[in-house]
Amino acid sequence: MVPFAYAAAGAPEAAIARASRAEGIDYIAGGTDMLQLLQEGVRMPRELIDINRLSLRGIDETSDGLRIGALTHMAELADDARVKARFPLVSEALLASASPQVRNMATIGGNLLQRTRCLYFRDVATPCNKRIPGSGCPALDGQNRMNAVLGGSDHCIAAYPGDLAVALVALDASVEVLGPQGQQTIQVEQLHRLPGATPEVETVLRPGDLITAIIIPATPAAQHSHYLKVRDRTSFDFALASAAVALDIPSGTVREARVAVGGVAAKPWRLREVERALAGKPLSADLIAAAVAHAGADATPRPGNAFKVELMRRTVERALQVAGGVA
Amino acid sequence: MPEWTRRDFLTSTAIGSGVAALARGATPSTPDADTGMLNVDRQFDITLVVNGAPRQLHVDARTTLLDALRDRLHLTGTKKGCALGQCGACTVLLDGRRVYSCLTLAVMQQGKSITTIEGLAHGHGLHPVQSAFIEHDGFQCGYCTPGQIMSAVGLIHEGRTGSDDEIREHMSGNICRCGAYASIVAAIKDAAAHGA
Repeated sequence: MVPFAYAAAGAPEAAIARASRAEGIDYIAGGTDMLQLLQEGVRMPRELIDINRLSLRGIDETSDGLRIGALTHMAELADDARVKARFPLVSEALLASASPQVRNMATIGGNLLQRTRCLYFRDVATPCNKRIPGSGCPALDGQNRMNAVLGGSDHCIAAYPGDLAVALVALDASVEVLGPQGQQTIQVEQLHRLPGATPEVETVLRPGDLITAIIIPATPAAQHSHYLKVRDRTSFDFALASAAVALDIPSGTVREARVAVGGVAAKPWRLREVERALAGKPLSADLIAAAVAHAGADATPRPGNAFKVELMRRTVERALQVAGGVA
Repeated sequence: MPEWTRRDFLTSTAIGSGVAALARGATPSTPDADTGMLNVDRQFDITLVVNGAPRQLHVDARTTLLDALRDRLHLTGTKKGCALGQCGACTVLLDGRRVYSCLTLAVMQQGKSITTIEGLAHGHGLHPVQSAFIEHDGFQCGYCTPGQIMSAVGLIHEGRTGSDDEIREHMSGNICRCGAYASIVAAIKDAAAHGA
């Protein structure tokens, strides 16, 4: 690793002031993705600011949902009884992520910001427009099995690999962010940017911005929710395709449906056309099959990942069947 | 003539090249309380409580906890299988929770308690999980084994041993290239059943 300086922050203001005023300064929390990026030379910060001593942990039930400190470990959130009871989708998404050791170390704020697993991004011996703007995208005509079929561009088809963000997008969650200019709230669905012509800009966060909390609004749909992750291995592997679904179905009729997919797109992807096809109708296997039939019709598959379009449809279909209790 | 091992050679060259560069660093504890300024440095004096004993080290910011344990404290039971948090051979207990020691920096663990495979047994007696691994032949080459055992201790403490499927799912962070998985599951089941 290239040498870097390190400091542990005792208060957010000092960390934000320092990180926002100079280049090459990164925050480190759980460190489970950062250490990989450092070891592989993908990230070469001048300085790391350790934010683990900030008081940003804990799960609070509010009048209209949950407020979770960004430094809360994935394992703690996944195992919380209130989360399992009221937002099973979130617990399932977290338990489908990584491994127990990673979940004991990784924070939910850091998890949202994890970088793509595109093998060209992670291999500094290869060109990559995300890592080095203008160097090219070898994935377009190369090994692109793990890459995106939705939301990519001619500059970048990297897929967003995380699970928690997909569940949060389905639940209309938001993040609280503290920056040099103060606090703002950003919908998780707006947090990540499409690559377009600037794949190196992954989020709307500015230098020094610090995610302090995740807010999940209460919704009846969370009661019948499910996260289904399809991958090469049964565990400890990233998604080829995943589906986060939530259904508000009083007496078997869909009042509201939420559907988001992961592993197939440049950012967590809401399938609103599927949601609209389900709304207002009695839930059945046939309804679900019809609703997903045209999902991803706007996909731009590459030869190595074309299978993901059909896989995504079937993953959403199965997840809806499970969440809705129809076989 | 005293034996000069390969490990001795590697350690001596590391020390030799490091001495000129080392300076007394600042302890990475709380930043200056008066001004809230960050204590930024490249090298630090830290204390890690390893297997019950406080150990003082002078480390570069880049030193992983794994390298601190192996190369600096000579606790080589914890293995480096991948250095990327994908194999589990580096699993230790950090304040009682199982973690990958390759995915964190030593400076980030200032003052924390770490248990390695060397710290499991008490006196001459093996830890029940260690005994179970021997009884059920839960290893072949043995390279993943310290990580498997530390992870299993964590798993049992987490209460994740209700079924074979649960054990397999929650031991998924430990890879065994020799394929001793069936015996590992049997060993864990046995140890858990006997109050490990």
